[in-house]
Amino acid sequence: MEETLKLIFPYVVVLIGVLLAFQGVLMIVAYTVLGERKVLGWIQGRVGPNRVGPWGILQPFADLLKFILKEDIVPNESSKVIYYLAPFIALTCALMPIVVYPFGPTITTIDWSFLPYGIAEGVHTLRLVIAQIDVGVLFVLSITSVGVYGIMLAGWSSNSKYSLMGGLRSSAQMISYELAMGASVIGVVMLAGSLDLTRIVQAQMGSPWYMRWFIIPQFIGFVVFLISAFAETNRVPFDLPEAETELVAGFHTEYSALKFALFFMAEYVNMFTVSMMATVLFLGGWYVPGLSHLFDVGSVPYALISIGAFVGKVIFFLFLYIWIRGTLPRFRFDQLMNFGWKFLLPLGLLNLIGTIIVVFFLNR
Amino acid sequence: MVSTALFFLFAGFAIMCAISMVYHKNPLYSAISLVGVFLSLACIYLTLAAPFIAIVQILVYAGAIMVLVVFVIMLLNLDDEPNTSRLKYLYALGGGLGIVLLAQTLFVVYAVSRTPNQAIDPNVTVGNTLDIGRAMYTDYLLPVEIVGVMLLMAIVGSVVLARRLSQPQLELVIDKEEERISEEINS
Repeated sequence: MEETLKLIFPYVVVLIGVLLAFQGVLMIVAYTVLGERKVLGWIQGRVGPNRVGPWGILQPFADLLKFILKEDIVPNESSKVIYYLAPFIALTCALMPIVVYPFGPTITTIDWSFLPYGIAEGVHTLRLVIAQIDVGVLFVLSITSVGVYGIMLAGWSSNSKYSLMGGLRSSAQMISYELAMGASVIGVVMLAGSLDLTRIVQAQMGSPWYMRWFIIPQFIGFVVFLISAFAETNRVPFDLPEAETELVAGFHTEYSALKFALFFMAEYVNMFTVSMMATVLFLGGWYVPGLSHLFDVGSVPYALISIGAFVGKVIFFLFLYIWIRGTLPRFRFDQLMNFGWKFLLPLGLLNLIGTIIVVFFLNR
Repeated sequence: MVSTALFFLFAGFAIMCAISMVYHKNPLYSAISLVGVFLSLACIYLTLAAPFIAIVQILVYAGAIMVLVVFVIMLLNLDDEPNTSRLKYLYALGGGLGIVLLAQTLFVVYAVSRTPNQAIDPNVTVGNTLDIGRAMYTDYLLPVEIVGVMLLMAIVGSVVLARRLSQPQLELVIDKEEERISEEINS
């Protein structure tokens, strides 16, 4: 009995970690929606939602309830299987990258002795990452590239010209900007010498922090990454797939009720995961400069503050998304393609070549 | 035990998707089934301790090539493939090739069952990114370079085929084509 419990204990810890991480991300995503409406309201000289709960803090739940209770309309001429599958593909591919991101440092002084039967005897470490895999960066990129299917199939299966146009635009856009994104990520990978996200964070630790964070040596890469991240998540100024003045609502025109909510959530989860990627690659992930002087490395308060710093950096990027949405107009489609292929990709490749030369001479 | 169960799960899924790919008349359904095949193959690679190959399988095949295929299917708005009764002999050819493939598979199963079981060496790190990179840029540098040049040639070729002609050049091409058609009609 005790042996079995000891055996399954690590799996239970991982399971709880998965539940906590996904729940936390979904909560942050729900409040990103509220935050977006508030901030956009302030930018445009309005108040924003303030009816449900104090300052409107219960608005996300009211929205969710509305999505659940609305009538679910399925177009008669749609390809049913793919029509139902598409929102699930979109949300699954948006959520899956969360498992490889390091949320904080490894806790080495944790005390499990309060647990019965001594099932956690001799275990003192708790890694704040669900799955530390060797190829974390590639994993994120590959899952993101599979996520295109959700949007493409939604556009095709709805059997409506607006949806189809939205789906086509979106897939063309995501294929184009994926290359620039990959080129900007490789620069960081070369400096860190690893594809493992935890190792990339560790490579940015140490003093002085302003020289270690990859945003400084890889500033061009950072800009290229940020722009292509906006394009990958279909946000303003690259929100052509759902340009409401031309395409009604783009690829999700024919979706209603909870299936629309899944697409909506997928978009915001994508924003969140891309922001996490930018934090881990360029802003040092969970690392807080100088914190190791105040607390022991590996202690619980150190880890908690690090998690807080990580979430704070991610929220900065989320705010940037909203800020830019309130500021910039939309691209035209040919401008978007020209910008991606003739400016962003060459810039990313030049940055990559420069990084290769510098790394080569540094390592000699 | 667990890995065997996972293998049969993903292998079964792969075979189901492969059958559905051949069976469906609609090209888009076939393409989606092929994506399913690639994803389950990637999962099988993962259980074989080759994470790099698994991820690259998803990134390249499911994420890039099949996205382009689906894009083209959507762009051309292809309908169901009509029944082609005039290619009856292909059924015989396909059946023959299927039997050859089955025989090959059975031979592999037979050969594997004959070889003695070897314990797995935990120090072998063939599937790691580091080892794959090192092997590619030292021992196998020449093949990698050759493949790179071939890909470059393919890109240049497609650019040449898809390039826009200037107006006089275009008119020349159109004139030639018209001449050819009129000759065909005359003869």
